[in-house]
Amino acid sequence: MEQAAHLVPLNWYLFLSTFLFCIGVMGVLFRRNAIIILMCIELMLNSVNLLLVAFSAYSGNSDGQVFVFFIMVVAAAEVAVGLALLISIYRNIGSTDIDVLNKLKW
Amino acid sequence: MMQGFKILNPYIIQIITIKEKTVYTLIYTCCLGLLCLVAEILNLRKLLIPVILAGLAAIFCVNYMDWQHVGPIMIGGMDMAHMMQVDQFTVAFNGLLIGAAALLFTLSADFYKDEQHHLSDYLAILIFILTGAMVLTSFANLIMLFLGIEIVSISLYIMAGSRKFDIRSNEAGFKYFLMGSFASAILLFGITLIYGSSGSFELSKISEFAASSGMNSPMFLVGALLMVAAFLFKVAAVPFHFWSPDVYEGSPSLVTTMMATLVKVSFFAAFYRLMSGGLLGIHDYTNDILVIVAAATMIVGNLIALSQENFKRLLAYSGISHAGYMLLAILSLKSDSSSALFFYGAAYVLATIGAFAVAIPVFKATGKETIDAFDGLGRKKPFLAAMLTMSMLSLAGIPPLAGFLGKYYIFSEAIKNGYAILTVLAVLASIVGVYYYFKVILAMYTKQGDDTEIKPTLLYTIVMLVCVGLSLLLGVWPGGLMGIL
Repeated sequence: MEQAAHLVPLNWYLFLSTFLFCIGVMGVLFRRNAIIILMCIELMLNSVNLLLVAFSAYSGNSDGQVFVFFIMVVAAAEVAVGLALLISIYRNIGSTDIDVLNKLKW
Repeated sequence: MMQGFKILNPYIIQIITIKEKTVYTLIYTCCLGLLCLVAEILNLRKLLIPVILAGLAAIFCVNYMDWQHVGPIMIGGMDMAHMMQVDQFTVAFNGLLIGAAALLFTLSADFYKDEQHHLSDYLAILIFILTGAMVLTSFANLIMLFLGIEIVSISLYIMAGSRKFDIRSNEAGFKYFLMGSFASAILLFGITLIYGSSGSFELSKISEFAASSGMNSPMFLVGALLMVAAFLFKVAAVPFHFWSPDVYEGSPSLVTTMMATLVKVSFFAAFYRLMSGGLLGIHDYTNDILVIVAAATMIVGNLIALSQENFKRLLAYSGISHAGYMLLAILSLKSDSSSALFFYGAAYVLATIGAFAVAIPVFKATGKETIDAFDGLGRKKPFLAAMLTMSMLSLAGIPPLAGFLGKYYIFSEAIKNGYAILTVLAVLASIVGVYYYFKVILAMYTKQGDDTEIKPTLLYTIVMLVCVGLSLLLGVWPGGLMGIL
């Protein structure tokens, strides 16, 4: 297991995670559907998880893997709250397009 | 059962009799939040707010006792110093946060009068926000930092959207959620890069790494930058401030008060702790960016506030500009600026809660949240108008109120650290700020309002008096808070 992980250089994991993270950032910035934005935030969090596990495996320090569990739990709580808010918005205005959210502007 | 108890026994005794420094403040606050949820089941909603206030008073005393023996935390004989660290900074900020929470809960008694069904849920979530804020003042590990930020943020998403049938509240909650979780993801990426380069989440080890080889490790620098960016998001500093006016305006007024005071101060405490305890070694590098951010925050916050008509939006932009001033304390790490930050935070919290304690009953009576809701208040209710005037003057930084001394301490720290030009800019920006605070005062005293009856209840009056009284007291006797850190 240890051996197999080391066949791939650490940098590759770094590039892959950064790439996934950037896809997530772009999605949050440019997509207009709230559910897709939620998925992009999840993508950002999961790219972080991947990178943490890679760092942890390469440095032989298990702290990073423990942190991944914390992130998963928090992400689940976050999504639960986010979807609840989305449902109450959908009930009120019947859309999940975030451009409809323009009541608060000066 | 007995067997299990016997095995656990030594641990229980250890936990109870332990003489070392503890996190009892945090544990008791958590228990208070759980008690609120249990009160819902037992149908004790009427007693809830007095019980919470008594509990907060007790927690304040427990917190005060930590002052004598600060140091690493021991739980059951296990050293928790690599997770949390209680020092004088923590105790002082915890005291401030508990005090602010007590004022907010006093307001909540009348604010939630018509929503008794959800009372215990709301109050429990507000207490959990306090718990998260306390984690933020005492973290010694980036895991705890992340958990603290998330406890505060997720609870606030719920509270911001807690008016389920009000589309504005929904919108505020959802916008805050999107922006907040985006910022959390950026924070996490920063934490990961710092972990990858320094090999640890512990603040002390990161600090060692930053001092020895932080400047030579691009990964560490990028990680630090991402963490700083996430914090700027959370405290609403300028390139990342756009969510705050919308969220402040749409949220229920009490939640806005909490965001503007307790939460903002706790994020600043965490930011200070991170920068001074972990990233001090690359201070010169991060400061180059923070100088620009602080300048932009002060200028943009004050200038956009000039054109605001909505009172909550006005206070949101005022909060942005105050974040700019507080960033000066984060820049001034070469001398110990924590006491200046603490004093400024206290002055800001008192003035903002005082302003909202007047504004909430006015909003309720007039049904609007714009500045013209205050028209003619000086004639109708001289007492309310005087209280709001004092709070506004303290926010604007006019002597003899605490806000003036807060600015004075922060600016003198900045000059000591060689940021003279930035300080001049800050003084100019706060002069611009005086204009929009006076816009509210002028509306109260010079304009003619309709004759809506405004009746602030006793509790609102108490909160106003406490806030304004303490602002005045700190303004003439700053030694009460300034010397302690």
